[in-house]
Amino acid sequence: MKKKKRISLIQKRAITGLIFITPWLIGFLWFYVKGFIQSVRFSLSDMQMLETGGYQLEFTGLANFKYALFQDAEYNQILVSSIGNMLIDVPLIIFFSLFIAIILNGKFKGRTIFRAILFLPIILNSGAISASIALAQQAVTGGVAAVSAEAAGTGGMNIEYLFYMLEDLGFPAVLSDYLIAAVGRIFDIVQASGVQIIIFIAALQSVPGALYEVSQIEGATGYETFWKVTFPMVSPLIVTNVVYTIVDAFMESEVVQTAYDMAFTNYNWGVSVAMSLMSSLAVCLVLAVIVKLISSKVFYYN
Amino acid sequence: MKTTLKQKADSLDRVQMKKKARKVQAVLMWMLKAVILVGISYIILGPVISMVSSAFFTSNDLYNPVVVLFPVEGTLENFRGAFQTLVYPRTLLTTVLYVASLTLIQVIVCSMAGYGFARFEFPLKKLLFGCVILTIVLPTDTLMLPWYTEFRNFDIFGILRLVTGGGVNLLSTPIPMYIMSLFACGLRSGLYIYIFNQFFRGLPKEIEEAAFMDGAGSFYTYFRIMLMNAMPSVLTVSIFSMVWQYNDTFYAQLFAINNRLLMSRRIGTLQATIAQAYEIRDTGVTQLYLYAGILMMIIPVVIVYCLLQKRFVEGVERSGIVG
Repeated sequence: MKKKKRISLIQKRAITGLIFITPWLIGFLWFYVKGFIQSVRFSLSDMQMLETGGYQLEFTGLANFKYALFQDAEYNQILVSSIGNMLIDVPLIIFFSLFIAIILNGKFKGRTIFRAILFLPIILNSGAISASIALAQQAVTGGVAAVSAEAAGTGGMNIEYLFYMLEDLGFPAVLSDYLIAAVGRIFDIVQASGVQIIIFIAALQSVPGALYEVSQIEGATGYETFWKVTFPMVSPLIVTNVVYTIVDAFMESEVVQTAYDMAFTNYNWGVSVAMSLMSSLAVCLVLAVIVKLISSKVFYYN
Repeated sequence: MKTTLKQKADSLDRVQMKKKARKVQAVLMWMLKAVILVGISYIILGPVISMVSSAFFTSNDLYNPVVVLFPVEGTLENFRGAFQTLVYPRTLLTTVLYVASLTLIQVIVCSMAGYGFARFEFPLKKLLFGCVILTIVLPTDTLMLPWYTEFRNFDIFGILRLVTGGGVNLLSTPIPMYIMSLFACGLRSGLYIYIFNQFFRGLPKEIEEAAFMDGAGSFYTYFRIMLMNAMPSVLTVSIFSMVWQYNDTFYAQLFAINNRLLMSRRIGTLQATIAQAYEIRDTGVTQLYLYAGILMMIIPVVIVYCLLQKRFVEGVERSGIVG
């Protein structure tokens, strides 16, 4: 009797829990599961939209994929370059945001103002506004835009000078190229790292203060403290941030736009879905590999 | 005796030297920080500043090589034109209503799902939560076409077909967005569920137990007690949701939501409309109108951000995005 009642309570809790997630569950099944199955179907067929509102499918096998990969003039290049850019940007964004988070986490005058400014991209860096800010950067005659475009490294002898200096110092050309590219991309990097900075600041604040005290008493320098205490403690969030950065970068990338145009400008529905599927698969693969690589090195405190 | 005194003096000297060195170091560090922060702030604010100043340019200012930042003639014409073309007050009102209602739905639905995942045990919970993560990670564009066809010929399990003999075309209305948000599949809903989940997991269980002992039902406990305690994360999610929804172009484009309803859609066509209405061929000049329009679009967001900035940052820090 007693046992039966306890089970029923657990069951009751389970049912309540399920009720709480029901809206999401319906949505997930409806839009994600069904949507995904339909995506696969569309990608394998020649698709026609009907005037009446429905659509017509004609099974064509892998023709859409073949078209996207081998016949479309741009798709494979765009895919490769988007993923390449993403891979270049991710480490830069991660290091930059960690660096800024450490600075902002310290106490100094005017911290609130700088925080407010640095979180501004979260608000500005999306959709309609970011498109127009990109426009603003494209240097209309006069205005700060021109100056800042120069700072972004489109021209300017400073950067060339730096480049030669690095070369003379015996820097590998690949690395210095990367650094120069980083300087050129500083706009995109800063604009894209708002959320990551917030996540890192929160991570830094959750590091127990006792660890710092111990390291101070033991006589560790600031450098050692960073690598032996701070970095391992925030490393789990590097994974979170890498995932966020990759997904975010992908959504803004050219591949998405290409697939969109293919569908809604060229009305080539099947090919568009095939393109999205392939690029999503590529991104998921990249994600899986990177997360696997990083997770093995991550230090978990608990 | 003498030597020890000298040694003492030496060591004192050394201590003072060290102190000085530390001071210099501190000043240098401060300067480095200041340079970096000011530089980065400039990178963020630069385009915004240039947009603000360009919005006041006349076409003469635009082509005057001497003019930098501060217009010589200066005009409010750009704002007037953009104001008229955007039908600003009405568009703003409809947009705000749209965004606010969607935000409310998102907060309720996502917090419910987050709470369900955080506090209840049910079969397949881990798998289902994995699916939530999947919805965050999966690029939405993979699913855009199925969603498009779904709403182009909307039908609930064939019920409508029985009655009227065909689905309803919901495109160009905001209804698809409402339906998707209602089922927690709206703009970045997965992320919000995740945030709420992390926050609820951090709240002490005793609160609910006490409520339960006092005879409160699950839903009463949730709405009256847990949600009130989750205010920081509610605030965070509301702000994210509001801002992202306000700026969203992807869903608005996909569902072809009527231009007249949404600011982000109006902005997209502003430049072309101005060029046509005022017969200006120069894109440089029509861009000035665009800047003015964008400024007018940003202003409400910036006001909200300034009002809530401090609580927002605190909220994000405490709301356990981090986990």
